[in-house]
Amino acid sequence: MIHNILHNYLFWVSMIIFVIGIFMLALDRNLIKKIIGLNIMDTAAYLFLGSLGYIQGLSAPIFTGKTMGQTGSELFINPIPSALVLTGIVVSVSVTALLLALTVRLYKKYNTLNLDEIIEAAGKEEDDD
Amino acid sequence: MTEFFINFPCFSIILALLASAVSTLLGKSAARRLTIIVCALIFCASLCTLYHVVCAGESVTYMMGHFPAPFGNEIRFGIFECIMAATFSLVMVLCVIGGAGSVIERIGGFRQNLYYIMADLALASLLALTYTNDIFTGYVFVEICTVAACGLLAARNSGKSISAAMRYMIFSLIGSGLLVLGIIFLYGITGHLLFPQLKESVASLWASGQYRIPLTAALCLLTIGPAIKSGLFPFHLWMPDTYSTALPGSAGILSGIISKGYIVFMMKLVFQVFGTEIFFESGISLIFLVFGICAMIFGSVGAIRAKSISRMNAYSSAAQIGYIYMGMGISAEIGMLAAALHIICHAVTKSAVFLSSGELIRVSGGKSDFFSLQGAGHRAKLAGVVFTVGAMSMVGIPLTMGFITKIYFARAGITADGMTLAVLLALAVSTVLNVVYFLKTMIRIYTPQKVGSQEHIVTGAPKGKMLAFSGLVLTVLNICLGLHCEPLVQLLRRGIEMI
Repeated sequence: MIHNILHNYLFWVSMIIFVIGIFMLALDRNLIKKIIGLNIMDTAAYLFLGSLGYIQGLSAPIFTGKTMGQTGSELFINPIPSALVLTGIVVSVSVTALLLALTVRLYKKYNTLNLDEIIEAAGKEEDDD
Repeated sequence: MTEFFINFPCFSIILALLASAVSTLLGKSAARRLTIIVCALIFCASLCTLYHVVCAGESVTYMMGHFPAPFGNEIRFGIFECIMAATFSLVMVLCVIGGAGSVIERIGGFRQNLYYIMADLALASLLALTYTNDIFTGYVFVEICTVAACGLLAARNSGKSISAAMRYMIFSLIGSGLLVLGIIFLYGITGHLLFPQLKESVASLWASGQYRIPLTAALCLLTIGPAIKSGLFPFHLWMPDTYSTALPGSAGILSGIISKGYIVFMMKLVFQVFGTEIFFESGISLIFLVFGICAMIFGSVGAIRAKSISRMNAYSSAAQIGYIYMGMGISAEIGMLAAALHIICHAVTKSAVFLSSGELIRVSGGKSDFFSLQGAGHRAKLAGVVFTVGAMSMVGIPLTMGFITKIYFARAGITADGMTLAVLLALAVSTVLNVVYFLKTMIRIYTPQKVGSQEHIVTGAPKGKMLAFSGLVLTVLNICLGLHCEPLVQLLRRGIEMI
């Protein structure tokens, strides 16, 4: 049991970070902290994904003059998880940007970052467009 | 000729993406026309592909780029996928046409073409979710769909709609987080991303008894993620605020097709990655059944308690999502068939209901509470008729499509082991509750206004024609499918066998 946990320590670390992130995203009332939570959650997922493809002692999958002509499997780590992490980072960056933009708009309108207060204030107002 | 047809799904996705890019350069009405033309073209392309697949009798796997499996990316389409793509594009084009009036009225200047960019992007991502054969591509388009939906919601520059968009995003991102974790679990166990290879590995691992717990966890995450995003009970709390502040067209798109896109993707995962045996053996189906029934009851109770028509429609959507999940939880054949039929039925009906309630609200001085709506059915006659037929379909009155899906749910319920009574009881109770809130609304909108009561001023130019067109098409479609549903049922049955 202990051996398994130690052997898969990156899995456990990323799960703990993921849970911290998802709870922050779901439960914290401050919008900025929510966005930080989202990023912590995504980072944990990417840490886990990156660790799946990592092979101890091997290098990044980039062919250079030295490695030309050799097959990749004994030199390089698995490049697919790294590529997926890159794609995932792009997704989370764009979502973060969108959330920050919405937060700026809400802060300008209601002068607070607390989501409960914002919802309460928005509930009272009539449609103003 | 066959060679040419198989390119259509790929072209449809690229066309929608291109349209969204080109819309940035166009003026507002040109962007709207482009969106309508592109959605209509995609609808025709989906029908052509459907015809081809039906004639060929087998699904087609289409290689994207120059790398064959397991390295390259693929799309795959059978009858089920083509029917869903046709439904999504048809409802999208009708919502864009029908919602155009409210967009012109309530979204200022250059923001209008941003609205149509989001509509194009939403359609592109829905098509990609329907057609994809690669799990990570699915995740990327789930996120694009979320962003597009948020754009459609936040298009109105009011505090209410932005805070509703924020809440929608938060719920949705929790769902995405769980979905991506599930995908990583599955990739970690199997080492594949394409559905056929995944299915092979999952089946052999499950048969050997290895990694049972991680596989179940992955299945759990991959189904709970889309369930949160589509608003299954108890994650439906974002729905009332979101749908009641959105424009009628946006609410129709969101409730009618975007929430269904996630469900279709999940159905594909269940069928094409895990296989229905594992889905039913793992007990996730039971969770769907229970939460689906809860959604049916609590959604309807919420709709009865709602103080405004738009919140009532939103709670009603939560209840209808419950029907779909209940169907998926019952059985692989008839349960899934009922769920797939209900996806189409709800897409066609709820978009008509949202569009017509938008018009009823407009002729009631922009107020959506039931008191102001009194007599709205006389002020906007066509909207009243469209709403009435939609409400009848949601309740399950014969001659409408809702009746057919209710029959299939009941037939599925009879085959459910040990849960027959619960399913039939839930169907009966939920139907009665549906009658209560829709009848209440219909009595209200057809009660003439008292003489001398507050005058309702209709602001803005009449936007009747486009709305009337969409409403009529959706209503006629609903009644036609209600009268003669057998061909669609047969096609879907074959589609589910082929999936």
